[in-house]
Amino acid sequence: MSAVPVAPHPASAESVPPDQRFALLLTPPPPRTGWRVVPARVTAMCVVELQKLRHDRTEIYTRAVQPALWLLIFGVTFSRIHAIPTGGVPYLDFLAPGIIAQSAMFIAIFYGIMIIWERDSGVLTKLMVTPTPRTALVTGKAFAAGVKAVIQAAVVIVIAALIGVGMTWNPLRLLGVVVVVLLASAFFSCLSMSIAGIVLTRDRLMGIGQAITMPLFFASNALYPVALMPGWLQAVSRVNPLSYQVDALRGLLIGTQAHLGLDLAVLAFAALAGIVAAGSLLGRLAR
Amino acid sequence: MTTQTAPALNCTGLSYSFGDAKVVDGLDLLVGQGEVFGLLGPNGAGKTTTMRAITTLLPVPPGVIEVFGHDAARQKMAVRRLLGYVPQQLSADASLTGRENVQLFARVFDVPRRQRAARVSQALDAVGLGDVAHRLAATYSGGMVRRLELAQALVSAPRLMILDEPTIGLDPIARDSVWERITEIRVAAGMTVLVTTHSMDEADQRCDRLALMHLGRLRALGTPAQLKNELVAHRRESGETGLPPPSLEDVFRHHSGAGLNDPGSGSDEGKGAFRDVRRTRRTASRLG
Repeated sequence: MSAVPVAPHPASAESVPPDQRFALLLTPPPPRTGWRVVPARVTAMCVVELQKLRHDRTEIYTRAVQPALWLLIFGVTFSRIHAIPTGGVPYLDFLAPGIIAQSAMFIAIFYGIMIIWERDSGVLTKLMVTPTPRTALVTGKAFAAGVKAVIQAAVVIVIAALIGVGMTWNPLRLLGVVVVVLLASAFFSCLSMSIAGIVLTRDRLMGIGQAITMPLFFASNALYPVALMPGWLQAVSRVNPLSYQVDALRGLLIGTQAHLGLDLAVLAFAALAGIVAAGSLLGRLAR
Repeated sequence: MTTQTAPALNCTGLSYSFGDAKVVDGLDLLVGQGEVFGLLGPNGAGKTTTMRAITTLLPVPPGVIEVFGHDAARQKMAVRRLLGYVPQQLSADASLTGRENVQLFARVFDVPRRQRAARVSQALDAVGLGDVAHRLAATYSGGMVRRLELAQALVSAPRLMILDEPTIGLDPIARDSVWERITEIRVAAGMTVLVTTHSMDEADQRCDRLALMHLGRLRALGTPAQLKNELVAHRRESGETGLPPPSLEDVFRHHSGAGLNDPGSGSDEGKGAFRDVRRTRRTASRLG
């Protein structure tokens, strides 16, 4: 055991009256406990994400290019070919929800890179020393990714509307779109954060991110109906959360027959499982 | 023992290994309330691992670390509420304003909404950034970023401020400015400060007591004057005469210099050593 401490520095606070300029900094804030912790942390992380987007909107514009190209080139061309049976729905209309889901997924799937950047810059370490349980921190980050994805989805919806995709403007259905995009983005960002917790470096995560995004996209119903896929791909599509996201978005935006209850249940379960997995792996990033 | 009377930090037999490399080996530390306590040691001595264990970032067994009487293994949230932490890296978010950076920490420490704006302003004023709080942190100088990080840590009224090389890479004026703020706030708030530094001048001038670590173990402990006097006594016993009075740097060399290049020591070859050096250089380079 180290020796008994000497008397504190002569300038210590016990002997000096507190400075009124710092009056509020002398009392710790009352701790928030129980169920209120997670919503508070989610709000904090989402606010930060919105503040960053307010200062720099470049990412919103640059990220809009790729979905715009999918709709304008791929979508318009395949509409003319009439090669994909879509049950009477114009192909561009069929494709638009798939591209919204894809662009939201792309944002979320690379969120782990941001976590590794935050680890390297000390931001994550500092957040992990706050009274925030790991799962609450991951949930906050997951929904912050969701906020970004919702804004991206809104941009793609506007582009789709401009090129003539017939979508609903029913506020309740649009609210449903927000919920679906949030849940799916929460899952994909947690998947990314979990991989970050395993591979620990940006380069490895970039490689894995690129390796899984296109298979996830092609093994879903985003570009074509599941019925057209070979059997093995249909099996992959059934366990791919992106398929459930696209199905829900199609039902909500285009009005096709969807299994909204199942879609939401699968996405909620996937998000929850993702949060648990990422929360348990987050500590590895701090070591 | 209550929170009011318990030592700020009581560390008993802390050991930590990365794989086969033991980076902290049976460390005992007792830091009294209101002290400025310096943790010194060469790269790979185990300082950062010790800091990480104290800040609950690394898992430790129950009963090893207590912060104001709260067990760091069993009462993590309670411990974290007592801590203010400024890591070695420049950890302020450059894409947010100074105020937004502090607001984030006010939110995650549950500062009530009605009090948040005023508390954030006080924290920014306390570090002299009130007038530039609206600017993006990306536009701040190195010293300003460090002060912003102090404001982030201060907004929750911590009782133990942990500073991991707070002045690394700063010019002497910025360094003084950062320490002046730390001292001013410590005086007002009665905080305990635990700091690591490689600057022996800083340790000599600013710390009440020092612990010198090497190869994961505590090698010396005391006030700067005590450590220097011990070296004088050692020199006298070993017949070294005609030397000028020792500086803290001499004390540092005496306790750790002999083992710095020991290839069998394992410490500098430890898992975290390369990362620590890279982080230090990155921070210094970002501060310009």
